[in-house]
Amino acid sequence: MSDRKNKYMNPYLAGFIIGLMLIAAYYFSGEGLGGSGAFKKVVIASVDAVAHDYAKDAAYFAPAVNRGESPLNSFLIFEILGVIAGAILSAAYFGRLSFKLGKGPNITNKTRLVAAVFGGILWGIGSQLGRGCTSGLVMSGMAVNSLSGYVGLIAIFGGGYLFAWFLRKLWL
Amino acid sequence: MGPLFPQGLISEPLNLLIAFIIGIGFGIGLEAAGFTNTRKLAGVFYGYDFVVLKVFFTAAMTAAIGLFLMDAYGLIDIKLTFYPHTYWIPTAIAGVIMGLGFLIGGFCPGTSVCAATTGKIDAMMFVVGVFIGIFFYAFTYEPLFETLRGTGKMGQVDIAEWIGISDGLFIFIVTVIAVASFVIVDKIQKKVNSKGKIKDIEELGL
Repeated sequence: MSDRKNKYMNPYLAGFIIGLMLIAAYYFSGEGLGGSGAFKKVVIASVDAVAHDYAKDAAYFAPAVNRGESPLNSFLIFEILGVIAGAILSAAYFGRLSFKLGKGPNITNKTRLVAAVFGGILWGIGSQLGRGCTSGLVMSGMAVNSLSGYVGLIAIFGGGYLFAWFLRKLWL
Repeated sequence: MGPLFPQGLISEPLNLLIAFIIGIGFGIGLEAAGFTNTRKLAGVFYGYDFVVLKVFFTAAMTAAIGLFLMDAYGLIDIKLTFYPHTYWIPTAIAGVIMGLGFLIGGFCPGTSVCAATTGKIDAMMFVVGVFIGIFFYAFTYEPLFETLRGTGKMGQVDIAEWIGISDGLFIFIVTVIAVASFVIVDKIQKKVNSKGKIKDIEELGL
């Protein structure tokens, strides 16, 4: 009991559970599971709240803003709220609920934090341009045999392996 | 027959409640598998921990097989879901950007939310980065991205149809590839870790 911190669920069981959730998402709501979608909706809602006159005419914001319903009132937002609750429940169970900085063993905390921001920026841009991230574009796309899911799969993981050697100092 | 909400068979509040419950399952799966540990995620690119590949392929193929069977038995009509539209050029470019983002940032958006809300400070910075990235994209959308985003438009393309085989055969082939890859990556992982060069390996709970 005392040390479950470094214990993890069998990866195939975890994958199976996530797969069932993905089936449920399509069956009930007709949507896949998303990650970046909730970020997008928060950005749209906050810009709309601060500068509605700008948002209603700007090409990126207009479609969501002019629908007349809050972008926060959506499947992807409630799904992410659930994800947060689920992650906290699981982390509490495993005794992992504490402040910690994760990083490769040979870099400083500062390097890790700066890299994390830069990596996040690339995901912010990429997920908007590519219509989703690993969850919404690739995993949910693969679940319904969508070509876009496989294009994303090859590009994200292929891109990762392409850059892995150059960035090995961050992780090894 | 599903999907229920798009056909008005369940109310919006119920749909959002279901979204929340589905999210809980998704969050538990991600956290319990170790996806809040950035080293476990990066391991897939260096061979010392393939948890990402195992969880990801298992989830995708479980869902693909399940939805294929449900569609075949008339329990769901996939064509009525928000089936993704393929724009292959921006998706390919964005995918490479996200791959680079993975190697630099050590998370993807979904895993970063789990990690940030369970106390990982590096993930909190990643989340800040995602917001900066989306704001940058949003405010430079018209001059920089609008044209590119609409290129390579192919519509709602099913990859099996596109190749010219049946959905069932395609799913079968990918499942075989997935299972074979599970066996192969276990061998690679053992070999990489037997050299004793990966520091603090106990953190990974392999």
